[in-house]
Amino acid sequence: MPQFFSRTANSLARLSLLAVVLGIALIAWLGAMIVRSPYETLQDVPRRQPVPFSHEHHVGGLGIDCRYCHTTVEESSFANIPATKVCMNCHSQMWAVAPILEPVRESYRSGKSIEWTRVHDLPQFVYFNHSIHVNKGIGCETCHGRVDRMPLIWQAQDLTMSWCLNCHRDPGMFVRPKEKVFEMGYTPPANQREFGRKLVKEYHIQSLTSCSTCHR
Amino acid sequence: MKTEQTRDLVPLEALTDAAARKRYWRSLEELSDSPEFQELLHTEFPPNATEFLDEVSRRRFIQLAAASFGLAGLTACTRQPPEKILPYVNPPENAIPGHPLYFATAVPVAGVAEGVLVETHLGRPTKVEGNGEHPASLGATSVHSQASVLDLYDPDRAKEISHLGVWQSWEDFQLALMQSLTPLRSGKGERFRILTDTVTSPSLGAQIQAVLAMFPGAKWYQYDPAGRHSARAGALTAFGRDVNTYYRFDKADVVLALDSDFLACGPGSTRFAHDFANRRAGGDRSNMNRLYSIESSMTSTGGKADHRLPLRYAEIELFARDLAASLGVAGLTTSGSQNHPEWISAVSRDLMAHRGACVVVPGLHQSPAVHALAHAMNSALGNDGKTVIYTDPLEVQSTDQIASLRELVNDMDAGRVDVLLTLGGNPVYNAPQDFDFRARLHKVKTTIRVGLHSDETSVECQWQVPETHFMEDWGDTRAFDGTLTIQQPLILPLYDSTSSLRLLDSILNPPGRSSYEIVQNYWQKTNGANNFEQWWRKSVHDGLIADSALPPLTPQLKTDWAQSLSSPGQQGIELAFRPDPYLYDGRYANNTWLQELPQPMTKLTWDNAVHLSPATAKQLNVGNQDRVELNYRGNKVEASIWISPGQPENSATIHLGWGRWHSGRAGNGAGFNAYALRPSDALWGGSGLQIRRLDKDYPLATTQLHQSMEGRDLILSATAAEYKNNPDFVSHETKQPPKELTLYPQWNYTGYAWGMSIDLTRCVNCSACVVACQAENNIPVVGKEQVLARRAMHWLRIDTYYEGDPANPRAFYQPVPCMQCENAPCELVCPVQATNHSSDGLNDMVYNRCVGTRYCSNNCPYKVRRFNFLLFQDWVTEQTKLQRNPDVTVRSRGVMEKCTYCVQRIREADIQSRVEDRFIRDGEVQTACQQACPTRAIVFGDINNHDNEVAKLKSLNLNYALLAELNTRPRTTYLAELRNPNPELKSNA
Repeated sequence: MPQFFSRTANSLARLSLLAVVLGIALIAWLGAMIVRSPYETLQDVPRRQPVPFSHEHHVGGLGIDCRYCHTTVEESSFANIPATKVCMNCHSQMWAVAPILEPVRESYRSGKSIEWTRVHDLPQFVYFNHSIHVNKGIGCETCHGRVDRMPLIWQAQDLTMSWCLNCHRDPGMFVRPKEKVFEMGYTPPANQREFGRKLVKEYHIQSLTSCSTCHR
Repeated sequence: MKTEQTRDLVPLEALTDAAARKRYWRSLEELSDSPEFQELLHTEFPPNATEFLDEVSRRRFIQLAAASFGLAGLTACTRQPPEKILPYVNPPENAIPGHPLYFATAVPVAGVAEGVLVETHLGRPTKVEGNGEHPASLGATSVHSQASVLDLYDPDRAKEISHLGVWQSWEDFQLALMQSLTPLRSGKGERFRILTDTVTSPSLGAQIQAVLAMFPGAKWYQYDPAGRHSARAGALTAFGRDVNTYYRFDKADVVLALDSDFLACGPGSTRFAHDFANRRAGGDRSNMNRLYSIESSMTSTGGKADHRLPLRYAEIELFARDLAASLGVAGLTTSGSQNHPEWISAVSRDLMAHRGACVVVPGLHQSPAVHALAHAMNSALGNDGKTVIYTDPLEVQSTDQIASLRELVNDMDAGRVDVLLTLGGNPVYNAPQDFDFRARLHKVKTTIRVGLHSDETSVECQWQVPETHFMEDWGDTRAFDGTLTIQQPLILPLYDSTSSLRLLDSILNPPGRSSYEIVQNYWQKTNGANNFEQWWRKSVHDGLIADSALPPLTPQLKTDWAQSLSSPGQQGIELAFRPDPYLYDGRYANNTWLQELPQPMTKLTWDNAVHLSPATAKQLNVGNQDRVELNYRGNKVEASIWISPGQPENSATIHLGWGRWHSGRAGNGAGFNAYALRPSDALWGGSGLQIRRLDKDYPLATTQLHQSMEGRDLILSATAAEYKNNPDFVSHETKQPPKELTLYPQWNYTGYAWGMSIDLTRCVNCSACVVACQAENNIPVVGKEQVLARRAMHWLRIDTYYEGDPANPRAFYQPVPCMQCENAPCELVCPVQATNHSSDGLNDMVYNRCVGTRYCSNNCPYKVRRFNFLLFQDWVTEQTKLQRNPDVTVRSRGVMEKCTYCVQRIREADIQSRVEDRFIRDGEVQTACQQACPTRAIVFGDINNHDNEVAKLKSLNLNYALLAELNTRPRTTYLAELRNPNPELKSNA
């Protein structure tokens, strides 16, 4: 009776076993990569907005302070998205007939909100608070990136839990002087570790890693 | 579905024997210690709790399970759906997104209000808190105030104006109203009638008076099924005029409750409980007050009493008469019954020894004679103006409501009514059965109903006009002492609805002004102050009008008052009606929080029952959950039996407010309708009830047997005298192992260390904490079937323990939240690290990590963890989404959850204090249960700071931990209960 399988079949069988193991590992690794990739996190993806508002122009060009629009960033969990009224403070005079600003004027006339697309969207079970970070010397730039160079806003960081924990485990590496919090393009000193330790002590910063710090 | 109890578990004698052996017990089943009970005890959840109860075949279920397992992995590949941000166009002042705002208003229950602050998030009312400056609240709330926010978002509320079921506009309605009223004006409006519930609102009263002035022949009737009918009649007997009575328990050393549940029910109970508890557990506990309770059914107040005497409803009047005679009340003869002489002599001696510092409190549902006797006793004891305060009635116009309604019903029957305007109330459901309101309503040409719900009365009326919820409109109302509150709206009306004020104004000044204009205009006229604008702003802001409590009166007893007392007759089984502790007269029947809130003593949910004493039940050969037919004066109703320890013999108590047929999805069909038995001449009961057993079972969902901790010494108590002789009795009765005796790593809490102290002497079982917890923490309701499967979700439960004879036991109440153990058994067994310890000693629960193994719950000795067996949370109904607390994750199916000491509040305060670079002050963080508690039984704070109240309480020698011998080191500890019995009265009875 002729042999059905050649000699190489043994090796192939062993290889295929290995391939199955490796294949599963590869799929798991791919999954993990996809979850952390910009495809899933939307990191670095500019988002379409009803009005193409440019932070590059308003912050970088005109030098308007973050807090002119994001009024509650120092006192509340939510930094606030400016009311239509705030836009109209200037744009009832400047570019008052520009077609691009029609949705703003329409909102002001009708009393209906402009529907902005949320860019930094944490899951519903995560409770982030702007005020504590801003008041303890974490710069806007640290999480939001160079907003002054973004024509349309995108997410500069991946906002995963491990990214949060990087800083929560060692806040000294990211803290900056309070007066520099709203500054764009801040360069940390060469001795950040030492300098950070000093600020952590001065500002009474704690390394908070309890689950209920963020999950409630 | 299997029922948890079987009929007649053991004979009565065995129960009495067992009670002598066992100190504390939770239910008759536990006391009997039957094999069925043992089985129940050893399974944390009943056999069917983990099973799929829906009618799906096993094959189909496995198919679905396989499919969902296969697809589960794919969900990880979906991206988060895009979210929109809608900022304001013109931001309102003071609105900071992320910070709630609090507005003062008042919650009216049958016309009597409690001042509250309502928390709103970007215009959504989410939670009710007490108003610390309001005399009825002092910062705490009743269950009704807590639950009122759910009523606002009830998806079954009336939503549109309709005529004979057809949608109409407000203008159509106004036109039709004018058309039906105009022809009546020639006859001075004799054929126009207005029916309301009790009106205490001055502006609404003025509006009604104005309409009556416009139609001089028209008449106004008031009817509240559970109102103060007896109190009014009793005051008329005693003083010849109606008075409002309230009590100063802070000045009372001795309290005698005559069938009164003043600690948990009725107007002013939140304040009364507060004052009472302060006199009981204030200072060093050497000067405790004493409470005697004589009552016709087991209530929270009776369970709390130092001495309790169960008497039938009618016997209480005889007792009161004998007691009054022995107190030397003039012109009174004894009843001649010679019953309970030892009680009469001991109580009267105690009362007389505390002249001017004692109080006799009659129950709202007791007979007018008992009210008159209480007035006479208080007067004889010199309590008037000291512990008992009389004022003018709170009502705009005090009327004999039954006579008033009878007149209306007769006129309707005789065809003398053309237009009937019903504002609020629900007479088709709750009018006395012999009035036959429903049939007679149809003899009226035009019937108009303004109501919050499309209820039994609405559907029988031609015009249905939805009423605004009190959180949606302006109004005013009075508290138990007359203090006025101007109610302000917190949200625009959710539906096309109107207030009674606005509707009446559309008759007076068509097309009518807004409620704001009406209320402001009324107060501008009444107040007359030059700086009205300032006065108005301050009154609305504070939630009360300063110094508006009614001035005290000193009414004199009529000389011949005692002659009008009559002797009640009695035979057979007595029937006693009571308003439900939670649903009240039925108005809250569609409120799921109140439906699922375990009843104070029986812990029943979703049903009412006929309460019988163990001996009477045995005599009638009925057991728990048996279905019976009640026959009272020829009216019959089918009901279920519940055997209640402490119920008097030959007496059946039933609660009003159940068995509604048009209240909405939650209330329809829950319980049986006691109004069907209620005649107008025996509003609160009478004798001659017949009970016939039907061969039917009816499962009742009680939580009393859930989460049992197997009868270890969980309650510690002593009398004041024992405590004086042996102040360290607690440490003798508990065994705390040394701290080092553990395999857990030792941890030093250097920062905050959160802890809680619960004072059992103060807890009066009102359950406000349970509803407050539910509102704060987005806890779902599960429904009757799921409660039967022991899947109730309340994070905080109040365990009721009994001590002594089942015929008349003492009761102990123990609120049990998560203990936040330092050596937490739950944390070790979680395979996915979903429950961990925080640096400040909280036992954190991370919902998004939980995979639902339930190991933690198995390993929890206190049974405080709750599992979402099904998708209990309502993710669909738009209205209920608005109620949710945005600071707490909404949990889904398959997730374990539990109390976290309101960690969202702790973290918020922590952030606020760090922003301001300071420490959290004592009392800055209040848990929801603590904040709602009328008696301040729950105190929470940082135990590392020895100046904090909680640390001081924990250093008392009454402090003990539950199951301390397990060395779990719970952060929640209890203060042992002290009672102050009269040494003259040997036994409880």
